[in-house]
Amino acid sequence: MPDEKITLEVMRYHPEKDEQPSFQTYEVPFREDWVVLDALNWIKDEVDGTLTFRWSCRMGVCGSCGMMVNGTPKLTCAAFLRDYYPKPIRVEPLANFPIERDLVVVLDDFMAKLSAVKPYLIRKPGEERSLDDGEYRQSPAELARYKQFSMCINCMLCYAACPVMGLEPEFVGPAAIALAMRYNLDSRDQGAEERKDVIFTHDAIWNCTYVGECSVVCPKHVDPAGAIQQAKVAAAVDYYTSFLTPWKK
Amino acid sequence: MLIVGGGGAGLRAAIAVAELNPQLSVAMVSKVYPMRSHTVSAEGGAAAVIKPNDSLADHIDDTITGSDWLADQDVVEAFVHEAPREMIQLEHWGCPWSRDPDGSVAVRPFGGMKIERTWFAADKTGFHMLHALFQTSLKYQPITRYDEWFATRLLVDENRCQGVTAIELRTGQMRAITAKAVIICTGGGGRVFPFTTNAAIKTGDGMALAYRAGVPLKDMEFVQYHPTGLPGTGILITEAARGEGGILVNKDGYRYLQDYDIGQPLDVHDPNHPQKRTMELGPRDKLSQCFIKEREKGRTIQGTYGDYVLLDVRHLGEAKINKKIPFVRELAKNYVGIDPVHQPIPVRPVVHYMMGGIHTDIQGATPLSGLFAAGECACVSINGANRLGSNSLTELLVFGARAGLAAAQFALDHPSVNASALEAQANDEEARVAGQFIRKLEGKERIAKIRSEMTLTMEEGAGIYRTEVSLKSTCDKLAELRDRFQDIVLDDHSLSFNTELTAALELDYMLDVAQSVAHSALERKESRGAHQRTDHPKRDDQNYLKHSLAYHTDGAPRVEYLDVVITKWPPGERVYGR
Repeated sequence: MPDEKITLEVMRYHPEKDEQPSFQTYEVPFREDWVVLDALNWIKDEVDGTLTFRWSCRMGVCGSCGMMVNGTPKLTCAAFLRDYYPKPIRVEPLANFPIERDLVVVLDDFMAKLSAVKPYLIRKPGEERSLDDGEYRQSPAELARYKQFSMCINCMLCYAACPVMGLEPEFVGPAAIALAMRYNLDSRDQGAEERKDVIFTHDAIWNCTYVGECSVVCPKHVDPAGAIQQAKVAAAVDYYTSFLTPWKK
Repeated sequence: MLIVGGGGAGLRAAIAVAELNPQLSVAMVSKVYPMRSHTVSAEGGAAAVIKPNDSLADHIDDTITGSDWLADQDVVEAFVHEAPREMIQLEHWGCPWSRDPDGSVAVRPFGGMKIERTWFAADKTGFHMLHALFQTSLKYQPITRYDEWFATRLLVDENRCQGVTAIELRTGQMRAITAKAVIICTGGGGRVFPFTTNAAIKTGDGMALAYRAGVPLKDMEFVQYHPTGLPGTGILITEAARGEGGILVNKDGYRYLQDYDIGQPLDVHDPNHPQKRTMELGPRDKLSQCFIKEREKGRTIQGTYGDYVLLDVRHLGEAKINKKIPFVRELAKNYVGIDPVHQPIPVRPVVHYMMGGIHTDIQGATPLSGLFAAGECACVSINGANRLGSNSLTELLVFGARAGLAAAQFALDHPSVNASALEAQANDEEARVAGQFIRKLEGKERIAKIRSEMTLTMEEGAGIYRTEVSLKSTCDKLAELRDRFQDIVLDDHSLSFNTELTAALELDYMLDVAQSVAHSALERKESRGAHQRTDHPKRDDQNYLKHSLAYHTDGAPRVEYLDVVITKWPPGERVYGR
């Protein structure tokens, strides 16, 4: 049906002109194999070049195109129009982030939080492996312990879904904690102690009420809620062992 | 030190500099946050010799044969020798490589290789490599990132590159970023074609920046089509699907590759299937060419987005598909509504990679003093006329590191920059961008229209098979589009996050890249690797065992030639499957 249309209600905000965000409505051709991102690109190419959004890989791996689609955080490259048609689709920038322009949000705080958890392999001084000694051995089972948490594409949908983020912006947040756990659980890493301060403070994991929305919206099945839960258990064990075995400190 | 581009090559270069000399500050300018870079989309793996049954000699031989003898052999040798160390380095930086039961790194077979030597992280190898590099880079204080800054021009004074001008997207302000040495790591330009695995950001920016500054683009006529992209979107279905045993069939369910001199099939349950360098594990250029011949015979399947064939992995079974190629299943399910466990996947050749790029030497240095390049934007050259699958991820490590070290040394040897001259150039550049785009209110051309005409003419005239007639027609069309580009007008005349402006600048870059591809292809009157001329169907070593060098001029590019470095491997017949 070449003439079918679908309505997109898109949030617009221009920092140079607008006091408040508003909504603009566009009629877009409805195609069975189009995703919301295709519709936005059609608008930008054909109708309104001022519409502003991020995108790149359009295959769900670069993490750029996360937006609120009818109130739910989605990768717009993987949200098909046919799943909403014939009802209108409301597209907004990711919740819980400041808006830069239209559908583009400010990432500064997210990037700082990612950095804060020291997301890299840490070895104790003198225990770094030399390149001449080849790779670290890591069994498939050891790999499996952290693999899931290594799948995060930093799309930030979990931050948009997280009820704690909305109330307490200081919260390190689901993706950053999952990333910290990705390294803590890696058999090659010895840095859990160094990451403790960032993820075990009040601001971090104790804020999480285990609503689990982060894991529901995650497009890569990373299960950040599971990571937070594991971190809580590790923290509790750590707390008790510090009394029972003080010589280990 | 300044690095333009925050993908695999840029990050590797930045870390190399930071580790070499913590006194050197490294600025990294990228139009996207580094983890959005297109390295993220690479799937299958990265080649390096690690297993006892493999040898450096075999990796060298496979690479040179794959290149149809157009790779520089000294560079290939250096690449193959340094590859294992670089890959181990990445392992030490946390990359979650898939493992054998004994805990060592696992390898898988890939097209055009005699022995399995492709390291992989399931089928998200590029994603894991990029994130490991990016996360590791956060350790290094000397690296300062300029995320979402869009480079518009190289600053050159007294024949030495000393920085770039770049637009900070958030504010729309243009700034000069000066540096003692500059490395371009901006990746490829597959977006000049309509069907491509390349992400939206792959618009050849760095190639065009260097080209406009007088640096030649080398071997641009060699554009790799990956034989298995999804029709329409061009989304990549990794070669690993075939490395694990997937087969290609035509509309009759027939394994058509056996008709094209790349070997005979074994039953999919035969323990020796898939055979290396045979049938589905032939090289990409040949497999893509087979598709076109099969289409001419009317044995492909017609679809909304052109003809396609089928990639069948059903015989691998659900468990193996989930373990080895889970992303293939996810992509097929999400984007074509097909579960590869139960149905074959529709695929067609799509533009994937540019063998050509900014002319560099073995250290990554370009002919312009102070300017270096690495990764897909560069042509160093190890890929020649056809890149072997899984060499490019390794390439960005080996030559990212090399370029980083060479540029760092250059920066130490050239401590000063001419700030006032550069500032004047930056002011000129600001005026150009404002006058040509932001403040310009008159014009009748739209970006999308010119862009789409450009991609169509590239596919029609400079695709898998080319002729003098088709290429001349494409060259003419591109000249017309160049003219019409002057008449472009934007809807968006504001400063903050003006993505219509960046789309216009990207189109400007792409027109340069497209012209260099088409004109280099027109001049090369032979067939070699990915460059197939039906009017000159044979390889011609007498006249064309040479790199092409396309120079920017006010009109059509000027094409010159440079001898290929041949050391120990004299050109021979390129044989697969026998």
